[in-house]
Amino acid sequence: MEVYLEKTDEHKTISFKGTAKELLEKLGINPEEALVVRAHELLSLDDNVYDTDKIRILSVISGG
Amino acid sequence: MNCSMQIKAKGDKKTINCEEKAIFSNPNYCAKHFSKYVEQKTADTIKKFKLISPSDKICVAVSGGKDSVSLLYILKKQGFNVEALAIDEGIAGYRNITLDFLKNFCEKHKIKLTIKNYEDDFGKRLDEVVKKGEPACNLCGTFRRHMLNKYAAEYDKIATGHNLDDEAQAVLMNLFKAQTRMLGRQGPKTSKKDFVRKIKPFYFLKEKEIMAYAFLNDINVPFIECPFASVSFRGHIRDWLNALEAKTPGTKENIIRHYLSLTKKIKMDDASTLDECPLCGFPSSNGLCHACRLKMKL
Ligand code: SF4
Ligand SMILES: [Zn+2]
Ligand SMILES: [Zn+2]
Repeated sequence: MEVYLEKTDEHKTISFKGTAKELLEKLGINPEEALVVRAHELLSLDDNVYDTDKIRILSVISGG
Repeated sequence: MNCSMQIKAKGDKKTINCEEKAIFSNPNYCAKHFSKYVEQKTADTIKKFKLISPSDKICVAVSGGKDSVSLLYILKKQGFNVEALAIDEGIAGYRNITLDFLKNFCEKHKIKLTIKNYEDDFGKRLDEVVKKGEPACNLCGTFRRHMLNKYAAEYDKIATGHNLDDEAQAVLMNLFKAQTRMLGRQGPKTSKKDFVRKIKPFYFLKEKEIMAYAFLNDINVPFIECPFASVSFRGHIRDWLNALEAKTPGTKENIIRHYLSLTKKIKMDDASTLDECPLCGFPSSNGLCHACRLKMKL
């Protein structure tokens, strides 16, 4: 799975299958602080994500 | 999971479940119903706390972030008489980018945007002052509030994008710092004695909900952080509160509900003790106001 983390502007390739919530847990991100997006679609926390997905993690909080 | 909104079938009195897929958790709504939920909650807050009267001319204080821009978008959509006011502190590589976004956004949505800058009011850009060793955020916040009051004086209300997260954090910060006098700045609207009344129509909406709303409505604010943002006391409170909220959903809302019920019971003496600043005439608790003091120091 390809994951883009907006907050740190990082691209990661990880092997993962599970829910969006579990993905955030694996990445150490609090679900209160992020939105999970797949192909311009917002995912709810219990949506499944798959190894072939391209995921963007948008940061809810920003400074300033 | 599917959307949990109950809808009326065409020509039928019974309600049925919306069958679209939910795009958000807690509340579980589809894209269409999630946007409706955010707009309705904003409208309900305005109504319940009488934030806006029909004749009001509203100044939305915009930073170019998702909260203030979404607020501007929703108030305009709901037919209120709104204009936008942005303060340009002079932070190269940051504010110019958010202001470019704001100019485009306001042009597209036919909203009048006024931009006022620090340099004209205080003689210097913020990044120049910071270079000389002054701490950024204290100056920045003080001058911004001062300029908002000054340039919004012709409006009936100043609307800000403060959300449930901001407000719950502020309640805790005041508690931990024993700043009782600041309590008057909280709540969905400030006291009648305030220079121009400030209203917070997003008072009951979480930061994450507003972010999702902005995403769903193509309000693509640039993700950019102020170069002077540092790890602050507020940042610690925010992280801690988010950790609590993830474990115990409803914590943030409980904090502001508790605050609201407390303020109903105690008489607030916030602005009642304020005098006028002899230089600028703005409210001040102790001779010269904070902005005028800082200005003299620079
Ligand atoms: S982080 Fe500090 S300096 Fe930057 S915009 Fe916010 S208050 Fe101003
Ligand atoms: Zn729905
Ligand atoms: Zn003054």
